[in-house]
Amino acid sequence: MSEFRYAVNVLPKPGILDPQGRAVELSLPHLEVTNVSKVRVGRRVELTVTAGSEPDARAVVDGLARELLSNPLIEVYAIELLEATSSVVSTGAAAQ
Amino acid sequence: MKIGVVTFPGSNSDIDSLNALTVAGVEAVTLWHESPDLAGVSAVILPGGFAYGDYIRAGVIARFSPVMRGVEAFAAAGGHVLGICNGFQVLAEAGLVPGALLRNRSLRFAGRLVYIKPERLDSPFTHAATGEPLRVPVAHGEGCYYADGATLDELERDGRILFRYVHEDGTPALDPDDPANPNGSLRAIAGVCNAAGNVAGLMPHPERMAEGVLGNAGGMQLIRSLVESAAAWEEAGRPAPRAGAKATAPVESGR
Repeated sequence: MSEFRYAVNVLPKPGILDPQGRAVELSLPHLEVTNVSKVRVGRRVELTVTAGSEPDARAVVDGLARELLSNPLIEVYAIELLEATSSVVSTGAAAQ
Repeated sequence: MKIGVVTFPGSNSDIDSLNALTVAGVEAVTLWHESPDLAGVSAVILPGGFAYGDYIRAGVIARFSPVMRGVEAFAAAGGHVLGICNGFQVLAEAGLVPGALLRNRSLRFAGRLVYIKPERLDSPFTHAATGEPLRVPVAHGEGCYYADGATLDELERDGRILFRYVHEDGTPALDPDDPANPNGSLRAIAGVCNAAGNVAGLMPHPERMAEGVLGNAGGMQLIRSLVESAAAWEEAGRPAPRAGAKATAPVESGR
């Protein structure tokens, strides 16, 4: 078994009103920034999965992203692998 | 007959809902979120509040709590379920009613009195209503009703939009920036029901305007509708919902 660390990035679907993104855009003139547009504000969740392989671990994350971390009606998500740690290393670390 | 009110960690309108049911003359019992056993109740209210802190998205963690297994089975068997405010968000996350509740268009928490109008008086949740605009409080940060255009058209066509935000004279606040529409809901939708018509959700709080001592008893029209529908359902021997049934009341006429 190995440990896989992921990030799940959730964003409002294109075309869905994003009042937070709009509020950020409206604040830009106060910072004298004029060349930034199309701001979307989402959510990032990081988690670690223990599994036999990366595809197995990813399937778990994908299920969670669909069921819990995002609402497919209004949001889209992308999964990012951050780190993979083999069990041999982690067991050894625990024994020391 | 008794009607259950679910208490999630973070519910804050459960006591108001129990009280409104008691005022309506029905025995009201608390259903704890950790048990899927609904204790033989004849209808269920999912109350307002901030279940599980509204973490991730309002209603989504509550959706996976044990009591919701019982509520889903109860709804599938034809029982009446009313979600109020956070309860509406839980129903939407669970897919028991269509659509989603987005962050208010204003980005502000909306806590004030608004007018809503029942769109039809032959549903289990509105048949005891007069049809006049009801003055009821809203108290939410995520109440902006959203569904895609095809779903909205289907809801209109099938009479599944139960309540809209209106002006005092009853005209709908269709412009999302109209102050009478407190959250920017599409087509001024304040409440919808499922296809079978036995599960409904709305953002405003009828239970907080259900007695004269609270300044206005208009909300009691909706509480009484639920109580009478639950009684009629028991009377009829707990009939299962008809597949694809239109959202009509189990009782004969509105008042």
